[in-house]
Amino acid sequence: MLAEQATGRAQDPVAQVKPARARPGALLVGLALLAAVMIAGLLGGAADIAPWQVVLQVADWLPLVSVDSGLAPVEQGLLYELRLPRVLLAAVVGGLLAMAGAGYQGVFRNPLADPYLLGAAAGAGLTTTVAVVLLPDSAPSTPVAAFVGAVGGVFLAYGLGSAAGRNGGTATLVLAGVAVTSFLTAVQTFVQQLGVEELRRVYSWILGDVGGGWEQVRLVLPYAAVAAAVLMVHGRMLDVLAVGDEEAGALGVRAARVRFVVLLAASLATAAAVAVSGLIGFVGIVVPHVVRRLAGGSYRSVLPLSLIGGATFLVLADLLARTVIAPAELPIGVVTMFVGAPFFVAVLRMTRGTAT
Amino acid sequence: MRPVRKALAGALLGTLLLAGCGQTGTTANPAPATSQTATAETGAGFPVTVEAANGKVTIEKKPERIVSLSSVHTESLFAIGAGPQVIAVDDQSNYPPEAPRTELSGFKPNVEAIVAQKPDLVVVSDDIDHVVAELTKVNVPVLHEPAAETLDEAYQEILDLGTATGNLAKAEEVVDGMKTALDELAAGAAAGKGLTYYHELDETPYSLTSKTFIGQIYALFGLTNIADEAPDAAGGYPKLSAEFIAQADPDLIFLADVKCCRQNKETLAQRPGWKNLTAVKKDRVIELDDDIASRWGPRVVDLAKAIGDAVAKTASE
Repeated sequence: MLAEQATGRAQDPVAQVKPARARPGALLVGLALLAAVMIAGLLGGAADIAPWQVVLQVADWLPLVSVDSGLAPVEQGLLYELRLPRVLLAAVVGGLLAMAGAGYQGVFRNPLADPYLLGAAAGAGLTTTVAVVLLPDSAPSTPVAAFVGAVGGVFLAYGLGSAAGRNGGTATLVLAGVAVTSFLTAVQTFVQQLGVEELRRVYSWILGDVGGGWEQVRLVLPYAAVAAAVLMVHGRMLDVLAVGDEEAGALGVRAARVRFVVLLAASLATAAAVAVSGLIGFVGIVVPHVVRRLAGGSYRSVLPLSLIGGATFLVLADLLARTVIAPAELPIGVVTMFVGAPFFVAVLRMTRGTAT
Repeated sequence: MRPVRKALAGALLGTLLLAGCGQTGTTANPAPATSQTATAETGAGFPVTVEAANGKVTIEKKPERIVSLSSVHTESLFAIGAGPQVIAVDDQSNYPPEAPRTELSGFKPNVEAIVAQKPDLVVVSDDIDHVVAELTKVNVPVLHEPAAETLDEAYQEILDLGTATGNLAKAEEVVDGMKTALDELAAGAAAGKGLTYYHELDETPYSLTSKTFIGQIYALFGLTNIADEAPDAAGGYPKLSAEFIAQADPDLIFLADVKCCRQNKETLAQRPGWKNLTAVKKDRVIELDDDIASRWGPRVVDLAKAIGDAVAKTASE
């Protein structure tokens, strides 16, 4: 989809040390795609509503416009209360996860890094399971539990990693993340055993869901805005970090501090996404790679394009989840992996030899 | 699951004696059985052979130390008067209250812990972690009676338990009672024709189709399940789209996630886009007992009664 951009680019990926220019062309194409997918997301769904009626209804919602879409109040309600917030939530969550993934990959200089690398998923999984199993009355507080768990998991890994690796290396941090993930997952499985009857709820949370309504959109937006803003301004710093800590130091960049801030922002983005949607896999690791393949390696363009690409990808995945076996639904995590993996392989083959 | 003829005849003979011994069989109510005095006589009916999901199981003498690892079968055992023979049930067996609940798990069965109870019969509904094979290896008879897919299968499982525990007469009584009760309920609720319903398993929202056991109970009342529109690929327990449910606007909503997920009429009305649903506005949201609405035991009659009441109430509006 961004192939023309890729072939027409002037930026040699090898020269990524140089601060690259942002790419307005790629940004525009990305935004246009996102808009198209979001409109498709609004038009499609299990409820049988004609596309033109949806268009009229959306026009009716606009200020100063009054059109009669001919939809019954129940249908208007489901468009406004269910479908619209669902498309928006998918966009926000997808954008957050992809951008967080790009941030992690930049910090760790590791292509396998994803938003869950430092124990965010395991931490959120544990606290959500605890909330569901041990405090079943607290169902509305699931987002809070997930958020606390995601942040807690990352802090645990970061604390352990920093304590173990004196020279601030990222390898110990990754290993600490692996250890924390295993440990927290073990505890989560144990708690799950205590509450077998809640298994389906835990499982369905793990596979992800973006159907939370406006409430979840409102919950996630402030965190999304802060995390996205912080990550955006660190694009150039991440480019500099890519050449190595010592060289970065020579250029006046304090590597450890940049890493900490980016990790903090990416973890905040991950925690916010996990809190409102559960554990949706694959978006965070793959979208940044696709973006990098298609539009070059500079984080100044990878970060904003990941935001847009992640949003596009998840809105599309959710549209599929909602329509493939309508009126039944697939868990969105199944779609992201089932559709995402072959797509990723296709992009890898298509761009073989053209990027890092 | 069909008992072998000869054994059946023997068991019948034994339990007829038992029934003659002043057992006033009444309803499906799991009253503590009074069969202990009759133990000596019923011992004559054994050995019996029962054909369960794990093949033919031969039980040499009347079991007196039964372990149930399935909440459904615990209910059935107590309903057919085998309660006094049951020494331990799993942690999910919450009915009847007098069932000897233990830490044993049917979900993650620990064979050593089960054997430590010195059981002479173990009843399971799921063969998890090879529990059936391992118990069989140490010569503990196991009856594997999996989730019933039809009412007939559910009846047969109760009869199997009756045969295996020496309570066949009472089991037949229970089954006949269930059949009669269900027939009466269904006959009195012809008004269900044309009504649609949505049965909720959890708030995400998972539902079930008419092909499932519970779905067949609804079908007795002529109700139409909105989940049946889901393609077969979605299985018997599809995760429905919230917007589809809103548009389908079912006449009746049955909640089977009252205990598990704390759902009720109020939480339903607060869901995005659901407050204008007919069932919500007209107070046709029925809060079921999660356990009754998921088990294929004798209490399925209670479920049918809840459905019948809701249908009658709606028809009289």
